[in-house]
Amino acid sequence: MSRVIVFGAKSDMAREIARGLAMRGYDLYLAARGHEEIEPDVSDLSIRYGVKVSALEFDLLDYEGHKAFYEGLDEKPSGAVCAVGYLGEQKKAEKDFNEAKRIMDTNYTGCVSILNIIAGDFEAKGEGFIIGISSVAGDRGRQSNYVYGSAKAGFTVYLSGLRNRLFKSGVHVMTVKPGFVHTKMTEGMNLPPALTAEPHEVARDVLRALKKKKDVVYTRWFWRYIMLAIRHIPEAVFKRLKL
Amino acid sequence: MDCPSGRQMRISGWGRYAAAEARVHSPDSQGSLNGCLFKLDSLIPRGLGRSYGDSSLNSDVIATGRLDRMLAFDEKEGLLKCQSGVSLAEMLDVFVSEGWFLPVAPGTKFVSLGGAIASDIHGKNHHREGSFSDHLASVEVMLPNGEVTACSKKENNELFKATCGGMGLTGFILNATLRMKKIETAFIKQKTLRAGNLDEIMDLFEGHKESSYSVAWIDCLAGGGRLGRGILMLGEHAERDEAQGGLSLKGGYKLNIPFDFPGLVLNSFTAKGFNAVYYNLHSRAHESLVGYDKFFFPLDGIHNWNRIYGSRGFAQYPFVLPKEAGREGCRRILHKIGASGRGAFLAVLKLFGRGNENLLSFPMEGYTLALDFPVTRNLFKFFDEMDEIVLAYGGRLYLTKDVRMSGEMFRKSYIDSARFMEYKHALDKAGKFRSLQSRRLGI
Ligand SMILES: Cc1cc2nc3c(=O)[nH]c(=O)nc-3n(C[C@H](O)[C@H](O)[C@H](O)COP(=O)(O)OP(=O)(O)OC[C@H]3O[C@@H](n4cnc5c(N)ncnc54)[C@H](O)[C@@H]3O)c2cc1C
Ligand SMILES: NC(=O)c1ccc[n+]([C@@H]2O[C@H](COP(=O)([O-])OP(=O)(O)OC[C@H]3O[C@@H](n4cnc5c(N)ncnc54)[C@H](OP(=O)(O)O)[C@@H]3O)[C@@H](O)[C@H]2O)c1
Repeated sequence: MSRVIVFGAKSDMAREIARGLAMRGYDLYLAARGHEEIEPDVSDLSIRYGVKVSALEFDLLDYEGHKAFYEGLDEKPSGAVCAVGYLGEQKKAEKDFNEAKRIMDTNYTGCVSILNIIAGDFEAKGEGFIIGISSVAGDRGRQSNYVYGSAKAGFTVYLSGLRNRLFKSGVHVMTVKPGFVHTKMTEGMNLPPALTAEPHEVARDVLRALKKKKDVVYTRWFWRYIMLAIRHIPEAVFKRLKL
Repeated sequence: MDCPSGRQMRISGWGRYAAAEARVHSPDSQGSLNGCLFKLDSLIPRGLGRSYGDSSLNSDVIATGRLDRMLAFDEKEGLLKCQSGVSLAEMLDVFVSEGWFLPVAPGTKFVSLGGAIASDIHGKNHHREGSFSDHLASVEVMLPNGEVTACSKKENNELFKATCGGMGLTGFILNATLRMKKIETAFIKQKTLRAGNLDEIMDLFEGHKESSYSVAWIDCLAGGGRLGRGILMLGEHAERDEAQGGLSLKGGYKLNIPFDFPGLVLNSFTAKGFNAVYYNLHSRAHESLVGYDKFFFPLDGIHNWNRIYGSRGFAQYPFVLPKEAGREGCRRILHKIGASGRGAFLAVLKLFGRGNENLLSFPMEGYTLALDFPVTRNLFKFFDEMDEIVLAYGGRLYLTKDVRMSGEMFRKSYIDSARFMEYKHALDKAGKFRSLQSRRLGI
């Protein structure tokens, strides 16, 4: 069975997506920094679903190493999921460029670096899928998280362009835009329960969309309409809002 | 590593009567769990919240939801090692089709491995197979000081005896290795027998000690000569040539199921009462072939059945009486319930085999009866009166289903309670591991 590589495999969303993929019979590479920590997931997925799974050390910010990393894989994947992300602290990012840079690099630059390599391989093979986890935060800049939002906006546009490029090669590129999700990233925040999804719900939406070869998925689904409304607020009004 | 800051929420026991505002932390690694033990002054582990009362309630709770990985499986020996947050349902999903079953299955599969160990749960096969902990090859516990220690019947036995059945008070169960049971099919040959009164049903239990599984449903509304009448249900794993479906429940049944016993009991116990079912069993004995889930987990098909009792919730009165005095004791208790006019409609009766050496495990050789009551005024006063009978006959109540017993009742009825407390306090000097229940019981 074909193999999928999951970047940011320690993320709660990634774990659930990996389970969903394994359940459908995909072999997996779980790539994360501090990969020893995901050894329990390696055994879990192989015991539960009888698929081949291995853990790989991977740092999204080590751009130099990405090529060698990919070349070092003895079996090349035919699917990739990028779930790496860093929310950071907006207030800090306003004053401390290092924080801003880390947010941009983790949510955008690093993803471009690794996905460029993968896209090249999939394009040459003429098959495969790439799933990028972006965010509704990239749909419009708000004062509470616009550094993160702008990086996600960049990632969303990158994925859209990539989809356009790879369409003719038969490679499926999917943009996932979660709204609020209960994960380690949002731990301790007061999220509105009705709007907040559990990671397994995100995974379910992602896997359904993968099967249907969707281009852009919002999860939960209603975020598509919330963001539609938010994008349509005139800037003159929007700038006065406390969002 | 840091303890996750957690989610503030209202949590309750399955009976919904006991509840607490709690900060629920869900570490996903040994490192972050360690962070929690370091950071919090008072905490209790929590699995799937199927304990009825306040056993897994506290202002800070460490949930095992993210510690849910299967770590190793030895196909030769059937040894399965998992993190404590894996549920029994998940184990069945993965292993029944491979020919392995739980050595002990409770009345719901939505129980975590950690919860199964901490309550040292029992199933319909206790008379032959003992409790859950009797099938553990090893348990790894993170002690209150953050150290991780493995224990078993052979190694660090005192820790094992205190942790199995210890209601999460000796430390956090990280991983455990369970000995699974080999099966040939996913089906159970079920036999139902009727009994006209308590003596009859207890004789039936004695007469069917060789059966792998046995349990009885008792009609609590019948009095006089029919006191304790009920239906005994026996079960055996079907062998390969006895069930077409083999290891898949989807494969279909060889025999037809004439009616769906427990589901019917439950539905009609609200609608028509026990009689309907009782007389439906036209012959005295009745055999059928059912999927394992129907046999073991009839209630799991009814979503949130705990809500049928309304917002005040319900409380169960689960006790065991030693065998010699058991018949008389059960009779007295059923009389008392009948006379009180309280609506415990159905009770589950079972004959336990010998108990194990764990300090707080519930089972002892004798009869165990569990009765559900809607919470009404004075219910707990009534329970206090029943406690006196239970105590007089040398019995005790099941901690994982208790929500109200007194510290005195606990200390008198659990003969090893003093030893448990001494051990716990030596292990957990600061009293970090505690629940609303442990406070109530003065542990
Ligand atoms: C419908 C139904 C039927 C049942 N039938 C039976 C039955 O037939 N036989 C039987 O014996 N029981 C039965 N039970 C009770 C149930 O099996 C126990 O209450 C079990 O402990 C619940 O597991 P849980 O994961 O929900 O644990 P919780 O309810 O979350 O916790 C129960 C206890 O386990 C402790 N605990 C949980 N995880 C850990 C851990 N990782 N480390 C240390 N301590 C931990 C908690 O602190 C608490 O004290 C039934 C319950 C229901 C709702
Ligand atoms: N939670 C939400 O509400 C929400 C909403 C919209 C979008 N998203 C997006 O969803 C994705 C998944 O996030 P999550 O919510 O599941 O949060 P998460 O658990 O915090 O996941 C983020 C993951 O990224 C990894 N990571 C960060 N920097 C890395 C690097 N340099 N190299 C390798 N891995 C790195 C982290 O690993 P470490 O453990 O090593 O730090 C972590 O596992 C992210 O892209 C996030 O932006 C989340």
